[in-house]
Amino acid sequence: MDARRESEPTPMKNRTTVERKSERELVVTRTFNGPARIVFEAWTKPELFKRWWVPKSMGMTLLSCEMDVRVGGKYRLQFGHGDSQSAFFGTYREVAPHSRLVWTNEESDDGAVTTVTFEEKGGKTLLVLHELYPSKEALDAAGTGAADAMGETFAQLDELLVTLGASAGRP
Amino acid sequence: MVQYSQARFDASFAALSDATRRGVLEQLGRADASITDLAEKFHMTLTGMKKHVGVLEQAGLVTTEKVGRVRTCKLGLRRLDEEAAWIERYRQLWDARFDELDKVVEELKRKEKVDGRKKRK
Repeated sequence: MDARRESEPTPMKNRTTVERKSERELVVTRTFNGPARIVFEAWTKPELFKRWWVPKSMGMTLLSCEMDVRVGGKYRLQFGHGDSQSAFFGTYREVAPHSRLVWTNEESDDGAVTTVTFEEKGGKTLLVLHELYPSKEALDAAGTGAADAMGETFAQLDELLVTLGASAGRP
Repeated sequence: MVQYSQARFDASFAALSDATRRGVLEQLGRADASITDLAEKFHMTLTGMKKHVGVLEQAGLVTTEKVGRVRTCKLGLRRLDEEAAWIERYRQLWDARFDELDKVVEELKRKEKVDGRKKRK
């Protein structure tokens, strides 16, 4: 339809950046081509959230997703990978519609406090996700977990690339 | 990321195509070792192990250093690269998620537009 065409110039893929701000902090940023209220909605409605949180390349499935998005409300994500299951759960600490979400992660003592801010500019939204871990070790372990989540093959390929990178950088 | 020359790539893949050499890399990932240690561990002659280490060294996967009569082998990895790779893997995870989120956002935008038109009617 015509209306569709005019609202949809070929969407540009925006770049995701990750920076380790300190030994205990990690910051992920990304711009989305939509207003903050829409991006926020995709983070706070379980039926939308579960469509993107576990991409295929993670090699897991999201079995269930419960989110009670209000201060003091709980969330619980149940994952399946192969024959095993795991859960990701915690509490929302701050909920400011269309601008800020803060939640804790309570599966272990090493869980992070995650703050997500949504900043709208010219119809686009800059999303900043900040994770604060209780210790350096907890953050290191989380990174390794993420690597595992991306699938063994992927991690292996990365390792190979690093190895190659190391050799390429040598005089 | 860094550009890798084709020759390097070929050398590395060739080096990694052998099970013993992959085992040697794994072993060196745990601790540095002399060629003699490695030969013993992999039940191999010294000459055989020297050959394998030579291939790994050629590919830049291993470095060796001779002190006295002992040649010590270590991984050709540097701390900085490990850290960079760790961050990159984490980035890939979020990037994969956000690509999916893009689709959800596009769909919601379309829906809003359609709903908006309906309301105006």
